[in-house]
Amino acid sequence: MSATDPALADRPPEAPPREARSPVLYLDGVSVVFDGFRALNNLSLIVEQGELRAVIGPNGAGKTTMMDVITGKTRPTGGEVRFRDHDLTRLDEAAIANLGIGRKFQKPTVFDALTVFQNLELALKAPRGPWACLRWALSGEARRRIEATLEEIGLAARAGDRAAILSHGQRQWLEIGMLLMQDPELLLVDEPVAGMTDQETEHTADLLRRIAGQRSVVVVEHDLEFVRALGRKVTVLHEGSVLSEGSIDHVQNDPRVIEVYLGR
Amino acid sequence: MSATLSAPVPAARARMTLRLALLGIVLVLALLPVLNRLPVESALYVSDFTVSVTGKWITYAILALAIDLAWGYAGILSLGHGAFFALGGYAIGMHLMRLIGPRGVYGHPTLPDFMVFLGYERLPWYWHGFEHFPFALLMAMAVPGLLALVVGFLAFRSRITGVYFSILTQAMTYALMLAFFRNDMGFGGNNGFTDFKELLGMPLNTPDARAVLFYASLATLAGSFWLCAHVTRSKLGRVLIAIRDSESRVRFLGYNVTAHKLFVFVLSAVLAGLAGALYVPQVGIINPSEFSPGNSIEAVIWVAVGGRGTLLGALLGAFSVNALKTWLTTEAPELWLFALGGLFIAVTLLLPRGLIGLLRKDEG
Repeated sequence: MSATDPALADRPPEAPPREARSPVLYLDGVSVVFDGFRALNNLSLIVEQGELRAVIGPNGAGKTTMMDVITGKTRPTGGEVRFRDHDLTRLDEAAIANLGIGRKFQKPTVFDALTVFQNLELALKAPRGPWACLRWALSGEARRRIEATLEEIGLAARAGDRAAILSHGQRQWLEIGMLLMQDPELLLVDEPVAGMTDQETEHTADLLRRIAGQRSVVVVEHDLEFVRALGRKVTVLHEGSVLSEGSIDHVQNDPRVIEVYLGR
Repeated sequence: MSATLSAPVPAARARMTLRLALLGIVLVLALLPVLNRLPVESALYVSDFTVSVTGKWITYAILALAIDLAWGYAGILSLGHGAFFALGGYAIGMHLMRLIGPRGVYGHPTLPDFMVFLGYERLPWYWHGFEHFPFALLMAMAVPGLLALVVGFLAFRSRITGVYFSILTQAMTYALMLAFFRNDMGFGGNNGFTDFKELLGMPLNTPDARAVLFYASLATLAGSFWLCAHVTRSKLGRVLIAIRDSESRVRFLGYNVTAHKLFVFVLSAVLAGLAGALYVPQVGIINPSEFSPGNSIEAVIWVAVGGRGTLLGALLGAFSVNALKTWLTTEAPELWLFALGGLFIAVTLLLPRGLIGLLRKDEG
């Protein structure tokens, strides 16, 4: 599992994470208990502005629950969840999304009945009330932004196709594109490369590295090669709390990590 | 499931076909009251019965459009739209009752017959204003709209969706039926309202009145179609389709799903109320049986048969199922319910896109 693909390992590290920035996301002592089961147990995590962070961990480690807590889908039983100055435990999903937190789900959920272009248009940051949507007319500026994103995710040629006919990898990119249209400060990306071919995986790593910098990105992933390709700080979760944190080499050599995760 | 529904943007050719089909339907319908004036022996003569029954179907088609807007696009399956239709009908019925004036059996200057019979001394407060047609018409839209606003707000805010919402709306229409059956509600109890005399100075039950009501219904149908087409082709329409296919995903995009669903549900209820207001003067009666849960279900079946998620499908369904009903209830009345149930099962299994799916095989 820890065998490295030379093509990925030889890649020079990208611009080092800029330190000493203000934290964008701040989780402190967060716990979530479902029927006596502690899905998150005193979890603390800080994500800096512009950072690209990978979160790994075995099944049931609490990765998805952590995403659910940040996006308002699950209320924590205890602890503090802050995004800049906002207390996320008091807001609902739509309010959190509008603050600038975008989420890509594990299973891509693009809107099959709409075209690729329409999917992006729906995600584009714009007034979101029913009346505003009824009166919405696509401006030149909005069209340019959508076209730029289409280029970025490599789907420019598929703009007029219905999302239903896209391949698995293309759906994942469309979903990432939809996140970008929301112009979020923080992107939460859940298992972006599950089921992707090697080439698609590499393309996705490129895409996420380009996105990070202006925005903060948290990627939850099982695929260690992909995490290595990202080449940034890694957090390992186990039984709902942080087991280890640091570079991929650091965590891969951490005996506790080997014990619970990598060693199996 | 979503893949079987229509594409939101039909190809230009398909859109042209749709417009032509629609224009054709409207023109053929518009001819009926004219042909009614021909001498009876003429080959093209259309009977009074045909005109009045078609006028009734046109109001059903408006109801079908309203249901399709909520169900076909936003995925809100209301099994209580018959209640909005009936409330619109009652509002205009109150106006028609007020217009009877002293011509009632008891000859009371202001009180309708049933109130005299039940010993009312004065008009109940909520009957005031209905002597004015614009007020009654406004109420025919506002009352269903308000009810939809309250029921929709409570349901959508609590994220009651799918079959639970459908059951809730069935309960709503059933509760209203029981309430309207009560004499002390002041709406004529189980007899409802009937024996109307005139509307806007025009005696009812004359060929002229039939033609006017027919054209008013047709114009409302065309206007409702235009409005629904405008909504469904806007970005709002695409938000609704997205809500239908993945409500939580839309929420994570930052949309207030409750507000969007409420908007379309209220609009749909207002259209249903308007349809009811056009229906009652044409059939000459409104009573609590219009609230019966079966009526709402039947209206949903029209839309399923025609093809939900396409506006033309809703029209096609309302006309074809009602044509079948009119024919079958004359030829073999006992078979109608079996035919309706069979039709619904057959369409669900064999034609998930409805009749319109047959016409649009070429499209994705």
